Amino acid sequence: MTLPAAQLTGISKRFNAVVANDGVDLVLRRGTVHAVMGENGAGKSTLMSILFGLLSPDAGQILIAGRPQVFTSPLDAIAAGLGMVHQHFKLFDSLSVAANVVYGAEPRRAGLFDRRAAEARVRELGERYGLQIDPRARVSSLSVGERQRVEILKALHRDATILILDEPTAVLTPGEVTTLFAVIRRAADAGTTVVLVTHKINEVLTVSDEVTVLRDGRVTGHFLTGETSSAQLVHAMTGREVRPVSNPGLGSPGATVLQVRDAGVVDAGITRVRSVSFAVRAGEIVGIAGVSGNGQHELVEAILGTRPTQSGTVELLGADVTRWTVRDRRLRGVAVIPEDRRGEGSAIGMSITENLALGHHRTAPIGAERGIRRGWISVRAARAEARALIAGYDVRTAGEQQSVGSLSGGNAQKVVIARELSHNAPLLIAEQPTQGVDVGAIEAIHGRLLDYRAGGGAILLVSHEISELLALADRILVMLDGALVAEFSRADATTAGIGAAMAGLAAQNLPNGSRP
Amino acid sequence: MHVFELSFVAAVLLAATPVLFASLAGAISAQVGVFNIALEGQMLWGAFAAVAASYYTGNPWAGVLAAVVSTAVFALVLAVGAARWKADPIVIAIGSNLFALGITGFLMGVLFDVSGSFSPRGLVGLPKMQWLHDVPVLGAVFGGQTALVPLALVLIVVVGLWLLFTPHGLRLRGVGEHPEAAASLGINVPGYQFWVTIAAGALCGFAGAQLSLGNVTVFTENMTAGRGWIAVAAVMLVAGRPLWLPLACLGFGAAEALGFRLQGVGAPQQLTDAAPYLITILVLVLTRIRIPRRTKASLTA
Repeated sequence: MTLPAAQLTGISKRFNAVVANDGVDLVLRRGTVHAVMGENGAGKSTLMSILFGLLSPDAGQILIAGRPQVFTSPLDAIAAGLGMVHQHFKLFDSLSVAANVVYGAEPRRAGLFDRRAAEARVRELGERYGLQIDPRARVSSLSVGERQRVEILKALHRDATILILDEPTAVLTPGEVTTLFAVIRRAADAGTTVVLVTHKINEVLTVSDEVTVLRDGRVTGHFLTGETSSAQLVHAMTGREVRPVSNPGLGSPGATVLQVRDAGVVDAGITRVRSVSFAVRAGEIVGIAGVSGNGQHELVEAILGTRPTQSGTVELLGADVTRWTVRDRRLRGVAVIPEDRRGEGSAIGMSITENLALGHHRTAPIGAERGIRRGWISVRAARAEARALIAGYDVRTAGEQQSVGSLSGGNAQKVVIARELSHNAPLLIAEQPTQGVDVGAIEAIHGRLLDYRAGGGAILLVSHEISELLALADRILVMLDGALVAEFSRADATTAGIGAAMAGLAAQNLPNGSRP
Repeated sequence: MHVFELSFVAAVLLAATPVLFASLAGAISAQVGVFNIALEGQMLWGAFAAVAASYYTGNPWAGVLAAVVSTAVFALVLAVGAARWKADPIVIAIGSNLFALGITGFLMGVLFDVSGSFSPRGLVGLPKMQWLHDVPVLGAVFGGQTALVPLALVLIVVVGLWLLFTPHGLRLRGVGEHPEAAASLGINVPGYQFWVTIAAGALCGFAGAQLSLGNVTVFTENMTAGRGWIAVAAVMLVAGRPLWLPLACLGFGAAEALGFRLQGVGAPQQLTDAAPYLITILVLVLTRIRIPRRTKASLTA
């Protein structure tokens, strides 16, 4: 038996309180396509960053072709035969394809840059691996798919024997995905080991030879692709057991708060949301299940108004708000707990007080709508309110002036939730509200959401955790490839049924979902 | 009025040469991602150093050498600050410019006991290329010029070709466009930025020497009079294509030379003095300049 191309043993890495990798083992066999699967935050990117020398592990060992390696930078990894194509490309827009490919390792003739040799190299690699591209084209004129090919060529030019592709299909059109998969297959057949980082089950089943699944920083499954099923993969990815809140009971739905009709979102030519219709009523939690990247986030953005819709309407409390600004929608009655709590949900360099005041700074008691105080904020009122919310939501902090960025993930999330819940908006959109927070905070957050519902609030809950949806939602809609493909009531929802719908196996009829 | 004769071409080149050197300095800095607005101050320092060294040694070439070396040293502040310590080059450059203005005025008083301007009897300017006089065309254009004038043109072409056709030129261009990408491919980004900023200082030394020992033979307070800023404008105008610099700089030279000629036929001096600056603003507005935006690629979880 030949040595594996790479072998990672017991890799652990933590960032402050968050354990990103916990004793991860990964064996990459030579000439295979190995998928590394997991939801956002499962630890895939951390693991790949460690393998590529961008991060150093707290514990564990890396063997490349049987030899122990300690990478202090990506340059060490490149020298050891690794290549990585990042989600965000690192290309020089103003230079040609050939110059980008050979940059830093240029062919020379008489001391000068040998442009012809560089172009010939790109053509030769292109023919060998099926990566068709004009070596003289400027990168600025290329499509996203073509830029990705340049990145792959860069790695191949440096004789990479292990090629890491980080979420390579996220930015591609379906046609480009097919081409990419052909390239991956050809590279593997030529002896290159390809690591495919992804959360898309159909990609794994289509192109990989082996799968390693990560969840919460640990390996939760390792399969040969031929011997596994999508249901098994979904379970390994999302099967985290969230302790259910004891007997939450059903909500008592009232008037319709949110009505989405035939909403469609197209982003850079790719359809993200296709003709989605559903309603959320007061006193009801509607869950949206789905493997991440199936349009849930774009749907939320369309409802909130941060992303334009190409078709359909969004109604809030009976008013058509499809063309309204985000601020007007929020004033009408939307609160949102965003998926990206550090980038979107909070201003991490600002204090808890300032974060809690954001969005509420124009109205009493912090601001004033009229009179001499209009346009000014009361720092004293903001701090008093912050102290009250810190106590009420059990935020563990040194004080209300501490920056949100220095809080742990769970406490930072409590700040966001306190801000969004404390003003009693009729509609709450909660996107992955418990992702990356510890068990204690999960229970507290779930309790808050149920209280909100009990107070007559309507909640749209987007989650990748089936158990979370089962614990909280009155109805569960399943989203796949931008469309709603199934609807379950609390009574007939099961992990297996939802998982099957998420994997596209049981495209149930929508008895209620398409109803206006 | 015979405005467009060969002597006019010579006048244009003369006026343009200091700006040519300085704009080449600015252009290579821009190529490595350092927005260099210290050209004005560095050129002024170079002009002073050239006059001082020429006065002490009696040799104008010693003046040029002193200007080039000492201005490269002067540029250390910007090179160390911007490349090593990642400080804001704009702030350092503003400091450099103010410092150059102050120190040259101060040293004129301390060393030569004069203020305002310094042109002692023993001060020797750079020789003109008289030996070209009998050559047709070239004689008329370059015969009355110093050797630095053709040197500026040659340097621009050599540097432009070096950037385009050598591995190091390619790497240098990549450093400015996307430093993270260059670093990810093993390029020493701060190293490139450091040495290019020093080289830019040396070029500003040439610019200053030509100004104080070539165009005239005198040092006056703030004698650069905005030429370094015109060079900055020229850099932005050509937006990363150094081979176009001569065109931009000669446009400025033409405006200045034309101004002198128009004075000769009675145009008000205030207007003709302002002509180069007005033309610079006009061209910048017309071409709708924009500073190249750099995208920050970052690793996402």
